Amino acid sequence: MSVDLSIVLSGEFGEWLLRGFLLSIELTLITLVLAFPLATFIALLRLSPWKPLQGLGFAYVEGIRNVPLLAHLMFWYFGATQLLPEGARNWLYEHDAETVCAIIALTLYTAAFMAEDVRSGIRSIPSAQLEAARALGFGYLRSMRLVVLPQAVRIIVPPLISQTLSLWKNTSIATVIGTAELMYQAQRVETATFRGAETFAVTTVAYLAVSCVITLIGVLYQRRYPVRAA
Amino acid sequence: MIEFRNVSKFYGSFRALHDVTETIARGEVVVVCGPSGSGKSTLIRTINRLEPIDSGQILLNGEDVHRPGLDVDRFRSGIGFVFQQFNLFPHLSVLENCTLAPVKVRGLSEAEARERALALLERVGLSGKAQSYPAQLSGGQQQRVAIARALAMEPPLMLFDEPTSALDPEMVSEVLLVIRDLAHKGQTLVCVTHEMGFAREVADRIFFMDEGRILERATPEDFFERPQHPRAQQFLSDLRSPFARSV
Amino acid sequence: MIDLIKNYWVYFLIGQYPDGPLGGLALTILLGIAALGLALPLGVVLGLARTSSHRALRWPVTALVYVVRGTPLLMVIFWAYFFLPAVTGRQTSQFNTMLAALVLFNGAYLAEIVRAGIQGIPRGQSECARALGLSYWQSMRAVILPQALRNMLPSLVAQFVTTLKETSLGYIIGLSEVSFIAGQINAQVLTQPVAVYTTLALTYFVLCFGLSRIVGVLEKRAAVR
Repeated sequence: MSVDLSIVLSGEFGEWLLRGFLLSIELTLITLVLAFPLATFIALLRLSPWKPLQGLGFAYVEGIRNVPLLAHLMFWYFGATQLLPEGARNWLYEHDAETVCAIIALTLYTAAFMAEDVRSGIRSIPSAQLEAARALGFGYLRSMRLVVLPQAVRIIVPPLISQTLSLWKNTSIATVIGTAELMYQAQRVETATFRGAETFAVTTVAYLAVSCVITLIGVLYQRRYPVRAA
Repeated sequence: MIEFRNVSKFYGSFRALHDVTETIARGEVVVVCGPSGSGKSTLIRTINRLEPIDSGQILLNGEDVHRPGLDVDRFRSGIGFVFQQFNLFPHLSVLENCTLAPVKVRGLSEAEARERALALLERVGLSGKAQSYPAQLSGGQQQRVAIARALAMEPPLMLFDEPTSALDPEMVSEVLLVIRDLAHKGQTLVCVTHEMGFAREVADRIFFMDEGRILERATPEDFFERPQHPRAQQFLSDLRSPFARSV
Repeated sequence: MIDLIKNYWVYFLIGQYPDGPLGGLALTILLGIAALGLALPLGVVLGLARTSSHRALRWPVTALVYVVRGTPLLMVIFWAYFFLPAVTGRQTSQFNTMLAALVLFNGAYLAEIVRAGIQGIPRGQSECARALGLSYWQSMRAVILPQALRNMLPSLVAQFVTTLKETSLGYIIGLSEVSFIAGQINAQVLTQPVAVYTTLALTYFVLCFGLSRIVGVLEKRAAVR
């Protein structure tokens, strides 16, 4: 059997793959937008001077990080949906439950990892900076916002870009709950055409292309905004 | 024994060694001194090919050190090199540091290597520390172990790259005494150092280097009493300033 | 909930063994150990190639590592699933498929950890080893790698934790690891999905969190040295 990419790239099958690719990108972007504020919040919890809040942040990070994404997805889609009242559940199933559950699982999972990167970035700013801000009369949150976080941003961005790369690859796992992203569509096309090599080659290239772009953004950022010593 | 013929070396556009030509005889003790950046360390590191050269030749017992086909490892096993930063292997005990090369490179048995190492550790005054680890030793002790380690290969030539520059002042003399002992026993050695008192007492000849050239080569007496080159004179007068600790 | 545990705990822990192949948590752990055990030598080889001075060795390996790291693990599993039988000429078991995918994937990640470990050893160490007359391989084996591997230990354990989580993707090719078993239990019981999946999550948590704690202890000990 000869290798023929056109079968996979054109017509119906090409469309399926394209739609899957676009959904994967959507999942990534939506998750990023939701996960980053959550991650910052968790990081601040862990950095706060109050033990109960620290404990909460710690529990979140460790509880989420030590469970594989697959288990998270299964919990939200097969488990949590059953906890909803019947009306809400039916509404959800009619409105893309798979995508919603994928976004929830991905957001919580990614935020747990990002929180650690944000936390170490903030911690690397000498505490003298926070002290100076407090000495000027700013409260904890305002000091963070005006003095510490702006400096921490440069240190935090490279690991966050690395997390974005992981996130992009993690969207593929949503296929197990039926989310129609790229991996799901690839399996569909393979089943329909029996062209495993071509389908997976195209899919691999698609994932690699975006991975390359993300990595490139990281490299460019570090070149343009190198970390400045205090 | 060692012959430099028009040796030059560049780091990019910076000329580290400038057409150096010189000979060092067997059994000779040579001290190389000079200001920072003069090329002293570079010169000594080209002898055992830790640094490559860009032109000229270095001959050791007639053999071209930088010849492409040379068996570098076998060649280096015949030269003992002591680093400024000691570079003891932290995951091995003092004894193991000294037996590693004789066993792996010379093919000695563990027992023979151990015997030789213990004798050398005795010679540098550290036989009680054979089972200790480098982290447990002071800087001066570590450097003495490094010397024993280099001697374990019984090299005809010993090279010292600022052996005491990384040490606290009170530990400098214990190391210099060991090197002096080697010199008195007839070891061919080349030592890059700032310790002028040591140079005066131990060296057969002193090379003064600046800007990649050997500007003066003289016996200690001639060098300290009658320096010829103006930069050597300048160097010595700076050394004799009230805050200098040697001479 | 109690009934659930009473009825299914054996199945959850060891799958259908001895009436069938090993499964459940035991399989997860076994797969994790096997995968990391094989990935480590591969990682060392690739890491050495990445630090090599020979371009012919460094570039292809760098390309391989970047390609593998830019691809989702699931994709690598599918490649293994569809193409191992063609390459080996016979049916590949789900375990072996998963193992092959995990070894390749983690090998690429370990290559970077090994590379960083080797490059983190001060240059003076290798210079000194070479100055004594030890060859490149002798100095690697006797001086550089022992120190590098010791420094990498926390990263290696962290990678093992990641590998254990990655075994969950065996679900997709029907490997009876613990996530798949949880799915089977849920399909049988039907009425307690939250209990089933929470138990699954807790199991992973205990396993992975426990191992991460060991990383913390190791890091403290490394700092004391």
